[in-house]
Order: sequence, then C-alpha cells, then structure tokens
Amino acid sequence: MDATKLAASVRSGEKSAAEVAEEALARIEAQDSTINAFTALNGELAEQAQAIDAAVAAGESVGPLAGVPVAVKDNIVTKGLTTTAASRMLEGWIPPYDATVITALVNAGALVIGKTNLDEYGMGSSTENSIFGPTKNPLDPTKVAGGSSGGSAAAVASGMVPLALGSDTGGSTRQPAAFCGLVGVKPTYGRVSRYGLVALASSLDQIGPMAATVADAALLLEAISGHDPLDTTSYNTPVPAFSDNLDEGVDGLRIGLVSELMGQEIDSEIVERTQAAAQALREAGAQVEEVSIPSWSLGVSVYQFLMSGEASSNLARLDGVRYGLQVSGATSAEMMAASRSAGFGNEVKRRLLLGTYVLSAGHYEDYYEKAQRARTLIINETVDAFGHFDLLLSPTTTSVAFRLGEDRDPKERYISDMCSVPANLTGAPAVTVPFGRNREGLPIGVQLIGNSYQEHTMLVAARTLEATNE
Amino acid sequence: MSDILPGDWEMVIGLEAHVELATKTKLFCGCPNSFGDEPNTNVCPGCLGLPGGLPVVNEAAVQHAMRLGRALHCQVNPSVFARKNYFYPDMSSNYQTSQFDKPTNTEGWLELADGRHVGIERAHIEEDTGKTTHVGGGGRIHEAEYSLVDYNRCGVPLVEIVGKPDLRSAEEARQYVVELRSIILAVGASDAKMEEGSMRVDANVSVRKPGEGFGVRCEIKNLNSLRSLVRAINYEARRQVDVLESGGSLFQETRHWDEEEGRTNSMRSKESAADYRYFPDPDLLPLAPDDDEIAAIDEAMPALPAERREAVRNAGASSEVAALMTEKGVDTLAVAAIDQGAQPERVFTHLEHNVPAEAAEKLSVADFVELINLETSGQLTATQAKAVLAEMIASGNNPAAIAKARGFEAMESDELEALVDEAIASDEAAWEKFKGGDAKVAGVFVGYLMKATKGQADGKAVNALLRQKAGL
Repeated sequence: MDATKLAASVRSGEKSAAEVAEEALARIEAQDSTINAFTALNGELAEQAQAIDAAVAAGESVGPLAGVPVAVKDNIVTKGLTTTAASRMLEGWIPPYDATVITALVNAGALVIGKTNLDEYGMGSSTENSIFGPTKNPLDPTKVAGGSSGGSAAAVASGMVPLALGSDTGGSTRQPAAFCGLVGVKPTYGRVSRYGLVALASSLDQIGPMAATVADAALLLEAISGHDPLDTTSYNTPVPAFSDNLDEGVDGLRIGLVSELMGQEIDSEIVERTQAAAQALREAGAQVEEVSIPSWSLGVSVYQFLMSGEASSNLARLDGVRYGLQVSGATSAEMMAASRSAGFGNEVKRRLLLGTYVLSAGHYEDYYEKAQRARTLIINETVDAFGHFDLLLSPTTTSVAFRLGEDRDPKERYISDMCSVPANLTGAPAVTVPFGRNREGLPIGVQLIGNSYQEHTMLVAARTLEATNE
Repeated sequence: MSDILPGDWEMVIGLEAHVELATKTKLFCGCPNSFGDEPNTNVCPGCLGLPGGLPVVNEAAVQHAMRLGRALHCQVNPSVFARKNYFYPDMSSNYQTSQFDKPTNTEGWLELADGRHVGIERAHIEEDTGKTTHVGGGGRIHEAEYSLVDYNRCGVPLVEIVGKPDLRSAEEARQYVVELRSIILAVGASDAKMEEGSMRVDANVSVRKPGEGFGVRCEIKNLNSLRSLVRAINYEARRQVDVLESGGSLFQETRHWDEEEGRTNSMRSKESAADYRYFPDPDLLPLAPDDDEIAAIDEAMPALPAERREAVRNAGASSEVAALMTEKGVDTLAVAAIDQGAQPERVFTHLEHNVPAEAAEKLSVADFVELINLETSGQLTATQAKAVLAEMIASGNNPAAIAKARGFEAMESDELEALVDEAIASDEAAWEKFKGGDAKVAGVFVGYLMKATKGQADGKAVNALLRQKAGL
C-alpha cells in the first residue's frame, strides 16, 4: 500500500498504526536476513504507534504521514537509536539528539522504524563499504542496491517499508533509487535542514526522500522541508504543497536534454530509455530540445576535489576523544591516529588522504581553489541553461545495478557519478524516476533537474513519465 | 634607544591579543558563554563536535567585533569564516572556525596616551578552544598521567587583534595593552582581564640594528599580566641579542614565558608546525555588513579613551594628568566641573587623590563645583575641603550644608592674627629658632592654632602669617 493511502487509513481509524508497525516489522523479519537493508530497529516503535492510535481515537490531528513507517539512513542522527554511518568508528554510538528531519517526521506522525545501511559516511556507490556487510538489490540479490543510500533503497524496493530517507552528496539517493526501480529526490540545497546529518561534504549534502511513487516521494519531501534556524544554509521560504497537482502535466514546459550526459560513458540502453523519456514528454506537450552545458563534463573532477576536501575536515571530529572507537596511545596524538586508523575503512582513508592533500599548502590553489572556480563556471552555465529551459533531462546513472563484489577501479566508480553530481554542485533539485528496464530486467532511471526551489515542476514531469509507464 | 639592550640594538615588538567577547551565548550555538561553571555543562551537539552538529553565527558577537573594529579605526569588510584544521583534543571538531583571508576588520590603529599611533593589521572573529588540564607529573603535558578536557570554553567568541610591529620597547608594549584594554572596556566588548584569560596577549619580538630590516622573530606565549609582558619582552630581546652577539643565529619559534624562572623557553618550532589547511567554512554564510549598519555602529560609539583624554587636555590638563583622569574614569566629571567654572588645578588634585574611581559617578557636578568654589574663595581650607568631599561622597549631601554642620566657617583675619600672636607667646624659644630659619619648628605654632580652632584654621594662612611676622 502506498504511503498516501496508508496514512489516510490510519487517520480514519480503518487501520491502526500499531498494526501497520507490526506488519512492517514482520516483513523486515522475513526479508532482511537476505537483503540486509537495516542496521538497527527502533525499540520504541510499539509505544510510538500506540501514541498515534491514541491521538486518532481522541480525534486529534495526527499529521500527513500518520502511522507510516519510514526507514532512515544510518547517517542521520536519532536520539536513543544507534547512528553509525556504517563505520567502525561510530559502532554502537547512541546520539543524545534528533536530526531536524527526524523531528519533522515525528511531527508528521511518521514512525521511524529503523536505520538503514550505507557506504561508510556515504562514501561509495554500492553499499558494500559497510561494517554491516553489503545490502542486496531486492530485484536481483546478486546485484548491488546502489549507494550510498542502498539500505534505504532496498528497504523500499523490497516492500518492507513504503518510505525512506537517504542523503545525497553526489547522487546517493538517486543512484540507488534508479538501481532499485524507485523514485529518489535530491532537493534544492537549503530546502531540507542538514542539522543532524553526519556531514560528508557540507556544501553538497542534502537529505532526500525515496519512495515507490512520485506522489509518495512528494509527500515525504513536504514533511521534511522548511527553514531550520539550526542550519544557516537552510532556505527561509514557505514550503509549497509538493504533493498537490502532480498530474497537472508538462504541456508547454521547455525541457533540455543535456548532451554532455548522453555520450559514450553511458550504457546504450540507458541512453535509449532517456531518448524515450524525451519523446514521452514531447508527446505530453513539452518542448524537448538538446542543450549543451560544456562545463558539466568537468563535474566529476570538480566534485572529487571539493567533496574530499570538505570531508577531510568534516570527519576530523571522529578522533576517539569524546565518543566512538578509542584505541589507546602514548600521547593524545597517537591515540587519535590509532583510533582513526582502526575506525575508518579503506575508501574513507583514500578520500581523507586526497582531501587533506587538496587543501594543503602549495596544492590548495591547484586543486581546491581551482575546483571552486570550476564550480562557479558550472553554476553560471546552469543558470544560463535555466534561462531557456524549465527543466533538464538526463540519465540518472551510467549503468544499471552492477554485480555485488565486482572489482572495479575506484576511478571508474568516481566517473559513474557523472550524471548526478551536477545537481549537487549547482544546488539544483533533481529526481530520478524509473523509466523501463534493460534486457536483463534491471530498472533504468531517468533524471529531471529543476531550477532551484522549483521542485514541484520537476515532480510534475516525473509524474508524467511515471504515468507513461503505467 | 633602550638601556635594556647593549649598544645600538633595537627591539621590534608586535602584539596579538585574543579577547573573549562578552556575549550571553557562544559564537556558533546557544550554549551559555560563562566562566567557572561545572566542567562540560555548557555544551551541545554543535560545540561538542558531535556528528551532525552545525554552527549558527551569533549576531551579538559579530556586532561586538565590528564595534571593536570601528573603535580601532579599522575598515569593516565583508568577511568569510574559514576552518583552521589541526588535531588537538581540546578542539572538539578538530578545526577552529576563524577568519583567514577575509577578516571582518583590517587596517586600523590605536593612539597611545602620549598621542603616538600604533598600527592594527586586522581584528578577526574566531572561536575559543576547550581547556585541557594535565593531571600528574606536575601538570606538564609530557609527564602527565592523564588529561582532562573541559569543553565549556569551546566555541566562546573571540576577537584576535593583530597589532603591527610598531612597538620599540617593553614599556610601549605595556602602554599598548593598557590602551587596547581601555578601548575594549569602553565599547563593552569584553571585561578583558589578563589574569582570568578573557584577554590573552602574545608578543612577537625581534631585534635589529638601526636601519636594518626586521630580524627573526619569536612569539612569546603565557603572558598573564602586564608585569609578565614587560619582563618577558625584555628577557627575550636580551636573549636574542646575546645569541647574535656570540655569533649564533636565531630561528622563528614559539617560546613559553616561565614567570617563576623569569625566562622564555622554546615550545615548538614554527617550521614544523601544522599546515592548517584553511578553507572557507561551507556550513556558514559570508558576513556582509552594509554601510548603514556600519554607520549605526559609528553613531552609537561611546567616547573613546583618546577623545576623552583630548577633552581633559583641552580643559587645561597636562598629557599625563589627562591620561590619569581618563584611566581612572573621572575625566567626564573633571571636564564638566571645569566647564562650569571650577578651578582646573583643584579639580584635578581632588579627583586624583580624594575621589575613588567608583565614587565619581555618584558626585553631582554642581555640588563638586560648589565645593571647589568654596575652597578657592577661601571659605574652606584645603583640609576642610577634603573632609567635606569625603562626606559628600558618603552621604550625597550638599557641600555648604556639610561645612555648616561641621562648623567649618572661614575665620576673620584679625582673629587669626590674634591667635598667632598667642601661639608665639606660648613658646618664645621656639619662636627664636623659627626666626633663625628653622622651619621645622613652625609645627609648634600651627599645632597650637589647630588646637585652639579645633582644626578650622587654614594651615597655609597660618604659615604665611608666621613668616611675615618673623620677617622671612
């Protein structure tokens, strides 16, 4: 059952939140030993569900997500419930506070059912870099669920829960959503508070919804959006009703198909499906034209330098002094070094070394600063493109879900982010929507990128494509 | 120029001052900015560096910093917070949020009491670190059994004021700190107590021969009082000269002042110091003060020490007296009293010696002027005026009323003369001595007069009469 209907039935008293919670837990019990989507379950779920039922019985308002189980990526802090970022360093860490999005979920009546697996600190695209082991793709358990929000994607794609939160620094909600046949949103930078998100790269990170349908994703986005005084970079503007009028259609919309993301690097079947999406949008009344945004081809390189530089500073706090893994040493410096050596996985170490290098004296100008200038160029060219188009269209990923344990060169993995990083670098909102499958039957996602704070237009177009599928 | 150094060696000093801002809350979170609380009670996910914590800039801290910048004649610029990355257990996030290439305030100066200007390079905003206590091994880090960290101070707002190397003696450095502190107090940015650490001063010291460029500098830390500052600078300059004169060479380093031993010791070499990997903090937006905001700060600026000293000088004081009046905080009363016709000399004398700093506010200008006038017109003697002033401060009563109640009334001169004659007659031997030039015996007669008049006689007038009668 989709989240919208589920919440309606809880609100009407047709179904109790307690029942919904029990059913979800039963599905997790049955499936998760195979899929491995969850890292922890909420021990207070039953009480929280009962509280919602009591409120319904008392005729109180219980919110748009009343009784809907939501899985939360394990890099979003939850008071009293472990938050590990899938890292040895934070194994067993129980935060003393809730992220703003968690408070928002609770206020909307949602049930935070548990935490989901990810690549350590969001560093990866397969949910294999995790102390909990890899998450499997529910559509084909020999394949990865994608990453870094692979646990959230698998939890929804398997039907264990209707909704999940992921986080997206370079494509981490969109790529796993595409791999698992889901809708995944990267909201405009500043739309959703980052307070309580274990930071990977502060200027790129956004928390976003993952769901089976555009309408459900819109409903969850609505619940978590809004200005937060605890996050200076959150945007102070009213939140439109994203889930209203999703069927208003794309008639008259100008949509640019980004030629830089339709080249050799992309799997040909994905290119075909993206062309088909362009055609479907044309048929629905949109004007779709090719557009070239040359600087987008720099995206992955720029992203690597900025992401790793920011990450090297953001993850510095994980030193074993105040919380998390502590390995003793003769001096405080040795203790911190030993704790970090033991607490971080190889991919994390690789990125921290790169990040430390790009910020270091003598290299800052060549790498970090140059990348920032290139980012400005990318932003300017994107702003120009939105002078001519309401939306941009592209593939979401370079490939479909790949095999678990596949030995791929890290450099190749970095290149696979080429379709998703432009939205993070520019701050623009983006959504992936399933649009067919490849010959093997694996889902293919196409991406719509909106102008800043124009999520609704983007969701309407995604809904148009979704309806074409139906 | 300094007799501390041999030959023609000259010292060059630049000071860096860290000042804790007097805000209610910390720089990037809502935790109380308060000193002396139970350790680790004023903390939150932000200042404790928990995963997911984010900074939100404290507007009051920015206002304090800009006000201080304007008081130091700085240009207030659009500024950017930057992260200074280095690992240390008392810094919860392992980066200090500071300002690097775009500080809030640049290019200012302050005026010393003698009118000379000292350049200010910049005054930027940054957060303080926590406090580490090393337990065991006499509190020294290398011998400690373990260390305790208190994060209450972590995130407390600071302004770092970087002075230019314009100072040439320890005494000038002392004057600079005194002046800087009074400016900070005037704008209310901090209580600026060196002993409590709310103002911390580091000194960059080098030596050179006249006409040479700057020498290799050493930075001295742990200067917890003006006395330490002066001693440490003199020690360090002399040490550097000794090294150079004995054919050695200096290298840039940080040195720690040992107050007990009276010497500086090497802490760490700056060459091997961390590469701080500064970059703009992506969690914070740039600060962009507009012209209106800066104009409003200037308009609300209280009178600063230099202006106040000038006002006292204009009222007739020497530079020294003007500095003294201002430092004591009695300058406004002095200027107001003189404006209303009180004699400057008497005003300065009373305010210097007979009015405690905290009493100046309680004195009404009109009463103070009246007192001075009673004295200068001869209705009160200096001694009486002092007594009346003390009672004015204690009771707030009017000087004429106090004088009357105490029976302090001016004595007619023939009455005084008659008493002087009586006094002379009372001790002929002493009188002979006095006439012979032994001024010390005057006390015999003055004592007689004071006893006879219950202290009302004017000592000066008595002395004058005695000298006149003795033909001196």
